Amino acid sequence: MNMNYDVAIIGAGPAGLAAAYSAWEQGDTKVLLIERNEELGGILNQCIHNGFGLHYFKEELTGPEYAQRFIDKLGETDITVMLNTMVTDISADRVITAINPENGCFDIQAKAVVLAMGCRERPRGAISTPGTRPAGIYTAGAAQRYANINGFLVGKNIVIFGSGDIGLIMARRMTLEGANVIGVIERGPSPSGLTRNIVQCLDDFGIPLYLNHTVTNIIGRNRLEKIVISQTDSRKNPIPGTEREIECDTLLLSVGLIPENDISEATGIVMDPRTNGAVVYENDETSVEGIFACGNILQVHDLVDYVTAESIRAGKAAAVYAKKGKADDSGLIQVFCEDNINYCVPQKIRPANVEKNVDISFRVRDRHENSRIVVKADNGEYIARYGIKPYIIPAEMQRITIPGKLLAKAAGGNITVGIEKEEAE
Amino acid sequence: MYDVIIIGCGIVGASAAFELSKYDISIAVLEKDNDVAEGATKANSAIVHAGYDPTEGSLMAKYNIKGAAMMKDIAEQFDVIYKQCGAFVLAFSDEDMLEIEKLLKRGKNNGVAGIEILSAQKTLDMEPKLSRNVKAALNAPTSAIIDPWDLCTAYAEMAVRNGVELKLSAPVMDIIKLDDRFIVKTDKKIYEAKYIINAAGTHADVINDMVCNHKFTIVPTKGEYYLLDKKDSNVINRTIFQCPNEKGKGVLVTRTVHGNLLIGPDAQAQNDRDDTSVEQHALDYIKEASLRSVPDIAFRSVIRSFAGVRANSDIGEFVIGQAEETPGFINLSAIKSPGLTSAPAIGLDAVDILKDAGLKMEKKNYYQERRKVVRFDELSRKEKNELIASNPLYGKIVCRCEHITEGEIIDAINGVIPALSIDSIKKRTRAGMGRCQGGFCGPKIAQIIADQTGASLLEVLQGRSGSEILISKTKQREVL
Repeated sequence: MNMNYDVAIIGAGPAGLAAAYSAWEQGDTKVLLIERNEELGGILNQCIHNGFGLHYFKEELTGPEYAQRFIDKLGETDITVMLNTMVTDISADRVITAINPENGCFDIQAKAVVLAMGCRERPRGAISTPGTRPAGIYTAGAAQRYANINGFLVGKNIVIFGSGDIGLIMARRMTLEGANVIGVIERGPSPSGLTRNIVQCLDDFGIPLYLNHTVTNIIGRNRLEKIVISQTDSRKNPIPGTEREIECDTLLLSVGLIPENDISEATGIVMDPRTNGAVVYENDETSVEGIFACGNILQVHDLVDYVTAESIRAGKAAAVYAKKGKADDSGLIQVFCEDNINYCVPQKIRPANVEKNVDISFRVRDRHENSRIVVKADNGEYIARYGIKPYIIPAEMQRITIPGKLLAKAAGGNITVGIEKEEAE
Repeated sequence: MYDVIIIGCGIVGASAAFELSKYDISIAVLEKDNDVAEGATKANSAIVHAGYDPTEGSLMAKYNIKGAAMMKDIAEQFDVIYKQCGAFVLAFSDEDMLEIEKLLKRGKNNGVAGIEILSAQKTLDMEPKLSRNVKAALNAPTSAIIDPWDLCTAYAEMAVRNGVELKLSAPVMDIIKLDDRFIVKTDKKIYEAKYIINAAGTHADVINDMVCNHKFTIVPTKGEYYLLDKKDSNVINRTIFQCPNEKGKGVLVTRTVHGNLLIGPDAQAQNDRDDTSVEQHALDYIKEASLRSVPDIAFRSVIRSFAGVRANSDIGEFVIGQAEETPGFINLSAIKSPGLTSAPAIGLDAVDILKDAGLKMEKKNYYQERRKVVRFDELSRKEKNELIASNPLYGKIVCRCEHITEGEIIDAINGVIPALSIDSIKKRTRAGMGRCQGGFCGPKIAQIIADQTGASLLEVLQGRSGSEILISKTKQREVL
């Protein structure tokens, strides 16, 4: 078996599927798609709710339908797909070590690699909630898998901790199955999930959202019996004296997602502590030449459509790298963000490698109203100013496009992305 | 009727069961939980103590020294992971200096090899991430770490392979002493035996008091821990102890044999013998205390907090031997720290105690004392490929954090002591022990258990009985 490829993509969720097709579309490119599960599609397979594809396909699809659109497209190609295959190591010179039942433990040499391994949910341990450790505490995604893939419910009286999108979706899902969803607990002053999910998954079903609350104790020896919640202060710490018991048999956690970069870190790829993803250039190339990253392994997205857009860019760039090698990095621009913004992706731009435009995505720290996004050069001059938005919130990733021509002004220096409040006249 | 009934299958009961299984006697082990190693053996510091701590001449000193000396060979024999990483006891003050000098003297009296006091400079040269406030350290190079779950499982498995009958989910409710035997009642059945070995951990005084004079009271003492992701655990190589001081006993920072960082424990006496709930103030305490030893611990990388309950007692010493007033009843009780270290030696002594008590036994001509476990991730590529060729399920990684294969999980389910819950599989294989804490592999493992045992997913347990993971099928909602 010949294990040499032009582009190898690791992970066949939405990011990997789009990157693989995009790399193949460049023509004359031998593409390999590696997936650890027994089927393509990744987490989309258990997301049986709709709302996917509004931006990319201009229609509303379920998760499996969205994945199937790409799986069908792969059928038209000669892309090699390896299922049930787990990658255990990637070297900086792009030798991939993988393992599967058919081939055992083996190496693959790729000219370019695209990392598309997605993210995982933060488990209970990561939030260190005191109390017992009974059955009945699951990540929202695990409960979703049990319900939608296995056909079983994890509980009847359910509290959801964290207002991430998967938790909100599961609030609705469990309610539709006849479970009693008592409420959603959020430590901060605003939900971390999308507004449309707050409306469609909580408000429409009368499920209360407790902002500025946290779980401070877990009670029950074998199965969860009750939890204690407390109000939180402005630093999200529990306020003593505000404890309240809630009887429930299940606590679902939706307290954040972590890009799954264990292998990438071992490769020596430089990480951005703000995103927990790789530091990348304008075309999603990481600090290790010829290795690209896209989708939730790069930054946690809220819409799969944007994962697709990012991954098409990465797949194409990987195919170009496989043919042409190293990009011209003259006039490198560093991308910074102001304090009211959490992070920016990409973190670096090579102007000579920009075809037309550069897309930058980021999240704000706090809610902003009547504000606009701006991009400035080192000297304070505007490179770009965007239209006024009624509100910009942390739950929604922001994306801006900067025309390559405008970037020329900043070549060799820095640009800074910021938010400006539009003062009332 | 059995010759011997052992009550409790933690590390002490399991070790005694194995040592006795080499003899031509009939043995049953009654364990209240649905798996072995569910009490203090499940949650402790996992350290093989060098032996400088217990007072000279005590049982604790005797068994500590003997057990520590046996441990390396036992681990090798049973294929249990053991690492002699060494330990430091740090001194930060003049009082601490006196303390480590006392420990040095005691260690020498107890016969601990290689023990010495290191200067601050030498201490920091050997462990550069320690606090700069350290004044000196006691160095105990023979201190080691081990996997206590696997050690206990190995002992119990070997005992079973040598003919010991292990009864799980068999809590002892009462014991009656007759002239020539004991009647032991569990919640379901009645057993008879000539001799009883009490290895009931935090419940040992209750068992003792069923047929003996009250001679000790267990003071269940909880200890809480943090466990860190491996990737941020590489701050120390040795086990780092603190001296006891006015603020408490001091907490330790250690690596586990699998490379995680383990931090804890505190010590809180409580009434409940099984309450392993974690309390915020205790977590805050161990965090603050540990940072005094190792200022760079990355607490953002915590993947789990947990607690164990020690079988401390009001007499502060192991209770080992036949009860004078109740011939045939043998205590291996009040086994607090260094209980894990002492267990191999205590188990070995159980043979002599029974012989002295009048039980006639001869060594069998043949018994098993070697075990081999498949740990896929630790194999060479060649070994991995041979294994996958023989059974492709070893090529299917189920736990992506710890790289545990479906083959290993099925081995555990079909093992000598079948692992039938998610927690039991975690104890045997480490699946679910990594940074996602079973978020991805939990549902897959539940399905594998159901497939292998022919059970419904609804019957699969998280851990103890009553810990069903799932409540019902979907689409059961009543149509209005």
